[in-house]
Amino acid sequence: MSAWSWEHAARSLPLLLDGFKITLLATVLGTLIAVVLGLIVAIARRGLPPLFGYPLTGLVEFIRMTPLVVQLVFANLVLSAHFDTLTIGIWVLGVHYMTYMAEVYRAGIDSVPQGQWEAATALSLPQSRTWRSVIIPQAIRNTLPALGNYAISMFKETPFLSFIFIGEMVRQAVSYGGNTFRYTEPLTMAGLIFLAASYPTSVLIRKLEKKLA
Amino acid sequence: MPENNQSSASAGGGRFQPGERVTSLGAAPDTPHIEFTDVIKRFGDNTVLNDLNFTVAQGERVTLIGPSGSGKTTILRLVMTLEELTGGYIHVGGNPLQYEQSGGRRVRISDKRRRQTTQDIGMVFQHFNLFPNMTVRENIIEAPIHVMGLSKDEASSQAAELLEKVGLSDKQDARPSQLSGGQQQRVAIARALAMDPEVLLLDEVTSALDPELVGEVLGVLKDIASETDISMLIVTHEMQFANDVSDRVMMFDEGSIVEEGAPAKIFSDPSSQRTQDFLRAVL
Amino acid sequence: MGGLSGFFENFGDNLDELGSRMPSILDGIWVTVQLTVLGALCAMLIALVFGLLQTVKFAVLRVIARIFVEFFRGTSLLVQLFWLFYVLPLLGWELHPLFCGVLALALNYGAYGAEVVRGSIGSVPTGQYEAISALSLSPVRGMFRIIIPQAWALMIPSLSNLLIQLLKGTAIVNLISLADLYFQIGQMRAVTGTWFAFLFGLLAYFVIAWICVVGMNALEIRAKHRIGRGPSLMESMSTLLRSPGSKVGSEVT
Repeated sequence: MSAWSWEHAARSLPLLLDGFKITLLATVLGTLIAVVLGLIVAIARRGLPPLFGYPLTGLVEFIRMTPLVVQLVFANLVLSAHFDTLTIGIWVLGVHYMTYMAEVYRAGIDSVPQGQWEAATALSLPQSRTWRSVIIPQAIRNTLPALGNYAISMFKETPFLSFIFIGEMVRQAVSYGGNTFRYTEPLTMAGLIFLAASYPTSVLIRKLEKKLA
Repeated sequence: MPENNQSSASAGGGRFQPGERVTSLGAAPDTPHIEFTDVIKRFGDNTVLNDLNFTVAQGERVTLIGPSGSGKTTILRLVMTLEELTGGYIHVGGNPLQYEQSGGRRVRISDKRRRQTTQDIGMVFQHFNLFPNMTVRENIIEAPIHVMGLSKDEASSQAAELLEKVGLSDKQDARPSQLSGGQQQRVAIARALAMDPEVLLLDEVTSALDPELVGEVLGVLKDIASETDISMLIVTHEMQFANDVSDRVMMFDEGSIVEEGAPAKIFSDPSSQRTQDFLRAVL
Repeated sequence: MGGLSGFFENFGDNLDELGSRMPSILDGIWVTVQLTVLGALCAMLIALVFGLLQTVKFAVLRVIARIFVEFFRGTSLLVQLFWLFYVLPLLGWELHPLFCGVLALALNYGAYGAEVVRGSIGSVPTGQYEAISALSLSPVRGMFRIIIPQAWALMIPSLSNLLIQLLKGTAIVNLISLADLYFQIGQMRAVTGTWFAFLFGLLAYFVIAWICVVGMNALEIRAKHRIGRGPSLMESMSTLLRSPGSKVGSEVT
């Protein structure tokens, strides 16, 4: 048995690409959820009275500091009667990464100078208007690279979806291996596909970072 | 201060009377201590120094003045080899610093040779640059032990002497962050002197200090100037200090020497209009 | 097993069950802790070596280090674990599963860590490098005696984040037949139901994570104090419990 077989590489590729579609879908939708929820949570943590703020902070920390895999399986066991598995998987991914993105937003909001708040108050801008037209536009600009980096992180953690039997790329690779006892080709190619997709993106983000700095 | 003639040419080092000071160098007394030959320095498209020639004699104290951006600090940084020389040569004690002429070509010298020469050059920075992870004593003894090969005891007793000279005997075990700016700068001076330098470069050493702390640092430097025969290149905005310690003052603008001469002459009777304008603005 | 209501109805029974299972749960925690500690130590070694290699003068070494870092950051932890577990035996190397797990975690998080090391060495002020040069200290001694102690204080918050990510990453090793904490949760679930088993399991991970965070915060306070920034460890017990998330950076990918 030779170390590398082009035949197996070619035969597993369509399966991998099928899986890659799910990987991409999960990344895009998961990122969307994380970006939106993260902003809501960041603003809520700043605006809510401590009675609600502390429990919210506690929950966010709890989600952030416990394994995504365990959360995925837990959510799937509890919710699979009501939702389909992919939906559950995408939401868990999104909520898990929301906890990271909320921190990014918070840092961005903190980096807006106090004088901006004071100027808005001096102009008698209402709270919601201050957030929408003064604070958030300035805060988000600085957070774009970090948000992008977390999106790439999420992309590389989508293989964890295979724990709840979602046929993303790595699961496809392993099942091809299980059927044919050829693990080398599908797993190597899955890794290279991840690299080919994530490396250029992270280079772009670094460029963006330099431009914004 | 020694009498000094005003020089009109840019290479004016030889006009100083070196006989007044006993130099510690083995080099012949008429060899210039620092020699800039056709020095060019560019940052990208920006030419900071254009074909600069001057010498500093053994034991001479030369102050560089001029508007910011005129290339004064760059000259010091080139002598310390913190900047890459774009063109020309710099020699210190007769040894080339970054490039030498060999077989009619300009060739780079080895890092080892460069370090041998720069070992005799000390520098005090605008922002002190003390090592925050070390105590005052550790800052001072680090290089004597690991570069000059002194034992820890020798280096420590030398450090104690130097700290006494700069008036900080009680701060040996303090950390830089516990000291005022003026105290930090005095430690930095002691650290530079611990290497027993033959050339001392002072780069705007009081510019980062609160006004009330400037005096203590300049006082220490004046003592050192009067007690030693170290050659010094000084960039400063303190014109009184420049007047007190310099043998020669060089006025720079846009990367070349506008005028040079004894401080008394430059400060009281400058011949160039640009020097007059500059002095009127800063004094 | 009956869903969330079962969680409350059978809570007492489940606690008894938890008590009787404690030995095997502790075994699982021990596997998780081993993976975390060994993985983190090896990752730190890799991070230091490949982070420092990216700062050396020789371009070849820099490029090699860069390729290593990009490769192991870019190819996904689970792929790397499976590769070590499924492919290496085909090539004639059969690794112990624990070693496989540690190696995958170390390579992946070590590559992230190398970026942290490189970045923090780059953020030590240039004046420090100039002072090293002005004192004619050798670059190697300057790096280890002056730059790294200062960079260390800068890198701990990011390393703390990575440590938590590594701990969370250990939960995938039951795919290569290691009986870690997560595996034991699955075992317990069959008796106590999903809610009890998983809430307990998540809580256990959370507690381990906080112990890591407190340890890293202590390291950070000490390192900062040693470079003259901030109070000593004794004076700052109150900040020990601060979450690591307050300092997330862009180095996470």
